[in-house]
Amino acid sequence: METFIQQLVNGIVLGAVYALVALGYTMVYGILGLINFAHGEVVMIGALVALAVIKPLAAAGVPLGLLLPLGLLVAVCVCMALGAAIERIAYRPLRNAPRLAPLITAIGVSIVLQYSAVLIWGRTYHAYPELLPVTPMEFGGARISVAQIVIVVLAGAVMAALLWLVHRTRLGRAMRATAENPAVARLMGVNVDRVITATFVIGSALGAVAGVLVSVNYSVAHYQMGFMLGLKAFTAAVLGGIGNLAGAMVGGLLLGLIEAFGAGYIGDLTGGVFGSNYRDVFAFLVLVGVLIFRPSGLLGERVAERA
Amino acid sequence: MSPRTKALLSTAGIGLLLAVLPFVAGGLFGAAWVRVLDFVLIYILLALGLNIVVGYAGLLDLGYVAFYAVGAYLYALFSSPHLTEHFPAIAAMFPGGLHGPLWLLLPAGALLAGVCGALLGAPTLRLRGDYLAIVTLGFGEIVRIFMNNLYAPVNVTNGAQGITQIDPLHLGPVNLGRGLEIGGLHVSSLHLYYYLFLALVLLIVVLSIRLEDSRIGRAWVAIREDEIAAKACGINTRNVKLLAFAMGASFGGVAGGLFAGFQQFVSPESFQLIDSIMILCMVVLGGMGHIPGVILGCIVLTVLPEAFRYGAGPIQNLLFGKVLVDPEALRMMLFGLTLVVVMLYRPAGLWPEPRRRQEMAER
Amino acid sequence: MNTPFRLIALSAASVLVLAACGKQEAASGGDVVRIGMASPLTGPQSHIGQDIKNGALLGVEDLNAAGFEIGGKKVKFELVAEDDEANPSKATTVAQKLVDSKVAGVVGHFNSGASIPASKVYADAGIPQISPGSTNPRYTQQGYATTFRVVANDDQQGPAVARYAIDALKTKRVAVIDDSTSYGQGLANAFEATVKAAGVEVVSHEHTTDKDTDFAAILTNIKAKNPELVFFGGIDTQAGPMAKQMKALGITAKLMGGDGIQTPKLLELAGGAADGTIASIPGLPKDKMPGGQAFLDKFKKRFGVGVELFAPMGYDAVHVLAEAMKRAGSSEPAKYLPELKKTNYSGVIGPIAFDDKGDLKNGPITINVVKGGKWDVLETVIPGAAAPAAPAAK
Repeated sequence: METFIQQLVNGIVLGAVYALVALGYTMVYGILGLINFAHGEVVMIGALVALAVIKPLAAAGVPLGLLLPLGLLVAVCVCMALGAAIERIAYRPLRNAPRLAPLITAIGVSIVLQYSAVLIWGRTYHAYPELLPVTPMEFGGARISVAQIVIVVLAGAVMAALLWLVHRTRLGRAMRATAENPAVARLMGVNVDRVITATFVIGSALGAVAGVLVSVNYSVAHYQMGFMLGLKAFTAAVLGGIGNLAGAMVGGLLLGLIEAFGAGYIGDLTGGVFGSNYRDVFAFLVLVGVLIFRPSGLLGERVAERA
Repeated sequence: MSPRTKALLSTAGIGLLLAVLPFVAGGLFGAAWVRVLDFVLIYILLALGLNIVVGYAGLLDLGYVAFYAVGAYLYALFSSPHLTEHFPAIAAMFPGGLHGPLWLLLPAGALLAGVCGALLGAPTLRLRGDYLAIVTLGFGEIVRIFMNNLYAPVNVTNGAQGITQIDPLHLGPVNLGRGLEIGGLHVSSLHLYYYLFLALVLLIVVLSIRLEDSRIGRAWVAIREDEIAAKACGINTRNVKLLAFAMGASFGGVAGGLFAGFQQFVSPESFQLIDSIMILCMVVLGGMGHIPGVILGCIVLTVLPEAFRYGAGPIQNLLFGKVLVDPEALRMMLFGLTLVVVMLYRPAGLWPEPRRRQEMAER
Repeated sequence: MNTPFRLIALSAASVLVLAACGKQEAASGGDVVRIGMASPLTGPQSHIGQDIKNGALLGVEDLNAAGFEIGGKKVKFELVAEDDEANPSKATTVAQKLVDSKVAGVVGHFNSGASIPASKVYADAGIPQISPGSTNPRYTQQGYATTFRVVANDDQQGPAVARYAIDALKTKRVAVIDDSTSYGQGLANAFEATVKAAGVEVVSHEHTTDKDTDFAAILTNIKAKNPELVFFGGIDTQAGPMAKQMKALGITAKLMGGDGIQTPKLLELAGGAADGTIASIPGLPKDKMPGGQAFLDKFKKRFGVGVELFAPMGYDAVHVLAEAMKRAGSSEPAKYLPELKKTNYSGVIGPIAFDDKGDLKNGPITINVVKGGKWDVLETVIPGAAAPAAPAAK
């Protein structure tokens, strides 16, 4: 039972991170119908920028409590600018191009971002300072650290804020209108280009937050950290129904749980024939299973077929 | 000149060019470039296979490298000492060791990959666009994970350590791994591989052209353009889609067999997601659904990184007298930029299908 | 002329032009000796590849600074570094490129999956290859005379560290984790086979990847099985976060590993959680080696970053090649290869001598432990005595 609760905690923490990154994918997809493959790299840049801010500040004797907010602030600002730039340079010119063209530019952009990071920060794994107390607390036999609680709480808060933004504000209404039909939205006086830029900016800000949180939790940052994280988050977004905000959260959380329980229990369930090395196989099989019964993901709406 | 002689002349010209290309490249720039050419040909096989799935049928496949892996491992298992070492029963059956002949293993690889393709296709028929992409991506990862871990409880693939001591490709009595003496002239192993791969590429090109113009090919394009309309026209979309997956996969299986014999070593490292993405880039960057375009895409994306490799360091040396920027990182950045710039200026690919070019012009 | 033909001709021409841009001038004869180096300089393992490159570069610079002589003539060494991207296909192309640029010997590659296919290219050209980091036993078992390595293979190191766990630590229950790479899987399996043969219970064998940083799920599993020792087949970049997460989950078992985790990077990444971590490393303890600490300092001074992992191997490999050339009085591969086989060199990593296959002769393996944020020597084991218990390669 202790193990079960601990795996539940592990899954929720991992899932919160996935959900945060998945939101970036799903927002862009919802509005433009394109996979922003470079989003994982934005997460990575966020983590490394925050580190670059935190290190000298820590050395200068800035109190521990201020480091994380300052690092987050700078990382979020840089990533917002980066998101806007990526949209402007790599995606806007291709808005009417064949569907796969922006996919290739996205791959190109992510390669450029990765190796820009190499030039700036080098190839090494960077140790992240301990910004949050790591002494774990016990809950019903399971251990959870402050960093993990902060991740879950912050992720939840950010998502709540995002939902409020999309459903309660003027910008949100414009976003929803653009997602529904850009041409009509434009006729209604929505500045579609600005809405799309805003979407990228917000998604990138979430990515930056995710990047910093991940690095704080695992205490390491690296120029390749965005790739796998991005991939997993994208999977989560699809699982939940891509283009759907709640779907990204549900999908992320679910994927985190599937991975934790998969790695935890496959070995016991199959009598040791398959072990935790098949964790991702298990995750993908669940995904295929879900998609067979719900081809548009868990919460995705059935969209009309578009050529 | 009549059109016929013109066509004949151009064919002869291309043929001659292709025949002497490895000697020109090898003589001028060293054997490494012949090896690059060999890999270009393997990638052309792969890209033409993926072109059927993505280019013709419009099904986005991000796990294509799995079929390459299936073909490679099939060849590796049946022409290396691995199985006889680990399974006494097999060793007893083949006292001389397993040395599967090429004419058997390549078609078997194609068949097995084709079956895998259909198996992948079956559950994903209802999915479209990006949902399909993520499932195929998952499939590619699943295959790689199995290759990486099927060493216990029974050792089938030798896990991450890979399979060594694979026989080089043989054509009858000729061992392509050794080279050949013809009338006092030594043709090196790399050149022999080049001609074998070239022959297979030509075969597959012809096959692709015939498919494109066939009833099935038109059905694929119809599905790509509008699946519902295609269905309404009486096309059995299920079978036709499965066929696209199977055909595309079988090309990958052939390429895998050639790769295993050429490298004489396979390990899961060769079949990662990034490889699938690179093959997709070749298809899209060249011009989806257009055979010459796809071939051009392969050439550009295989040769360019190698050229950057030569260029990134030396050019800096030339310009600044020393290497200022990490040449390897610079090389990758240039590569990424190339992808972005090409797609921005030629969104339909470097050499798109005439029909598609028209569509783009109309917009 | 019809368009397709023109375009094909054009593209073929552009290939040639592109190639011409990069054509290198032929190796200048005489006093320059080129040493090839190949490792992953891009991609997820590039930090290790860059480290090897830096090590080899430092080796070459030191030789040049010392005015190294071959056959009574002063020579200048030149390092030709190539990126194999940890990709087997690129590895053979790069190998061919090194052969084309007439290198006298090669330091590389890092991944076994790159070293093995590349070894055929070097063997065909008769050029000696010394791998600084490939541990797959098969690498030297292909029957090529030109393959060497300056790192213990899995069948040497795995059993040695296992004997330590059995004999010195008297461990009864161990859990094993591997990182699904050739190195990690090979090492973990060799370790597992040895401890199992000695009657130690392996309570679980978990797997992660070399890209993961979250090990909570598998560690939770391990915690439930309550082992006394957790053996990790993998490298420092995973072991660091893993040590931290073990502590956070309240696992009291010690973390143990091979040379992949016996690094300063582990201390940096794991912080206080590194204490008590045990790792083996081939060779004598660094401080007992004449050049050990000096090398670390020199490296830091030259490149501004610390040694990651295999830089000492890269450095030593260059010297081993150079020394063999000196003894043979020639930098021609065919002439100095026999001398290379007779190597008896005392390097940064310890005494280097090759057996008939090209593996390191069973030298000493040092067991280290982290104490107070520093690697401390615990014991030196001579695996020659302990290794035979190891079952054959699996």
